[in-house]
Amino acid sequence: MSAGNARLRWRKLVSGFMLAMTGVCALVAVAALFFILGYLVYHGGTSINWNFFTKLPAPVGETGGGMANAIVGSAKLLLLATVIGVPIGFLGAIYLAEFSTGPIAFVVRYAADLLNGVPSIVIGIFAYAVVVLPFKHFSTLAGGFALGIMMIPITLRSTEDFMRAVPNTLREGAMALGASKWRTIATVIVPAAYRGILTAVLLAFARVAGETAPLLFTSFGNHFWSPGWNQPIESLPHMVYIYAISPYEDWQRQAWAAGLVLLGLILIINILARTILARGVSVPRS
Amino acid sequence: MAATSTTVHGAGPIAGSRSFIDRVRDGDEIARLVTFVFAGVTVLITLLLVIELWTGSAASRHKFGLNFFFTRVWDPNSGDFGALPFIYGTLVTSAIALAIAVPLGIGAAIFLAELAPARVSDTLQFFIDLLAAVPSVIYGVLGVFIFIPLMREYIQPALSNTLGFIPLFSGPAYGIGFLTAGIVLAIMVIPYIISVSREVLLSVPRDQREAALALGSTRWESTWKVVVPFARTGIMGSIFLALARALGETMAVTMVIGNTPNISASLFSPGYSIAAVIANEFTEATGDLYLQALIELGLVLFLLTFILNGLARILIVATSQRGGGGH
Repeated sequence: MSAGNARLRWRKLVSGFMLAMTGVCALVAVAALFFILGYLVYHGGTSINWNFFTKLPAPVGETGGGMANAIVGSAKLLLLATVIGVPIGFLGAIYLAEFSTGPIAFVVRYAADLLNGVPSIVIGIFAYAVVVLPFKHFSTLAGGFALGIMMIPITLRSTEDFMRAVPNTLREGAMALGASKWRTIATVIVPAAYRGILTAVLLAFARVAGETAPLLFTSFGNHFWSPGWNQPIESLPHMVYIYAISPYEDWQRQAWAAGLVLLGLILIINILARTILARGVSVPRS
Repeated sequence: MAATSTTVHGAGPIAGSRSFIDRVRDGDEIARLVTFVFAGVTVLITLLLVIELWTGSAASRHKFGLNFFFTRVWDPNSGDFGALPFIYGTLVTSAIALAIAVPLGIGAAIFLAELAPARVSDTLQFFIDLLAAVPSVIYGVLGVFIFIPLMREYIQPALSNTLGFIPLFSGPAYGIGFLTAGIVLAIMVIPYIISVSREVLLSVPRDQREAALALGSTRWESTWKVVVPFARTGIMGSIFLALARALGETMAVTMVIGNTPNISASLFSPGYSIAAVIANEFTEATGDLYLQALIELGLVLFLLTFILNGLARILIVATSQRGGGGH
């Protein structure tokens, strides 16, 4: 009897210990986020000032300067990416959710999932081959194209899910009132799913906003302003990269600052997206 | 989100009974055509990507054949290109990353799915999602300024003092190298393992747990011997997903691995990875063959992630279907 009790005590001890360890694992993972955030604020916070947002980068050897061109550059690249990625993803999703049947839908979904898994550096090679080579130089266009391609599968797959989550009774109701199918989609289904769609677009945007690898040989980088769309252009993540690996202390200081601005932007968009979603959408998650 | 989506049945298109002419006049057929074109663009882009990688590396594939994967010389001047050091670096860093991330990630997922109250679990999952959103270049910055000095000054000396008799942990401590890259990668892929494993664990039917507890098992025994085995294939899926991420990861690895084409038993020595060599040398690749060899590396990366992602999806879908709406 006492042997049985000892055995039970041991099993309970193991149970308690292992369950506590799983808690530690979860804590470590979450702590990593706050560690990253805290370190960036600590190192980068003091370097964020007016100059950072308004000045061009200083030449090597001089201290000071800012990243105005990189901030504008990132904005231009992301604008272009949104213009390319969102319509294709959104309209493609309407086709999948409302029109498609059978094998075509399967092929589209399969292609989107495949595209979603392609490493970003390979997307860079692709954009280089189809945009940089024909135009013969690095450009905003090529960088925006690369980022836009990355936005397509994320927008497409989640938009489709959100549109499918709209109850069928809404579709039937609209059509019973005599609305045509596209009118039903435009005035009933898309408005009903718009929070979900907005979330999908925001998350796709946040995902590509921090991408560096596909920009290395598409938009390339530029220490000055880049007028128009057909010249190399600087971007915030690329600036973080080249400043962080540079040997100059002042550049490294600014890499922290740029990293903080970039991460802050991305986290804010993420939180925003999830708050929009959390506010009463009838969306069963898969 | 997109990776785990499944089709909601019964929410499909409604078959109209009106004639084709009517539908054209109402704009339905036009809307169908327009959206079809945009859906088709996605497929075309994906196809074009594969074609570009294939044709763009033709000369390199023909010249080196399979030797490309087994040669360790990478000499742009003489036109000899072998990918072995890069493949080695990619595999070693990914293996280190998984060795660290898998136990941690699964442990955390068990906590979130089995122990934590729903509200706590959702809050922690929110932070995990944010962690997954941190761009890789930020991990690179942390790697350069925190991990490299930390490894050089403390961790690598400590490891070589205690475990130095194993070749893995011998050699001079540079700070950069396979081990550092592997650790940074581990932090990057943990969120993927946690998120997917948590979903899979949550889909395990409740009666499985209750049956185990009713038979007198402790909470841990019911989790480890019943729930986790039930979710095993899905958890494997999450690991494949994480591996695919680790293999293709570029910036963070490039910044800490040392960028030296080197095959060494020591995890402390600098190395190179497939993604890193593409990132570093693509813009300065002079000559067709050099560029084509780099594109072939991209093709290798593409195929690896393609296979892993495919396997992951099959495994995850298989488990969630087995769970059959358990929550």
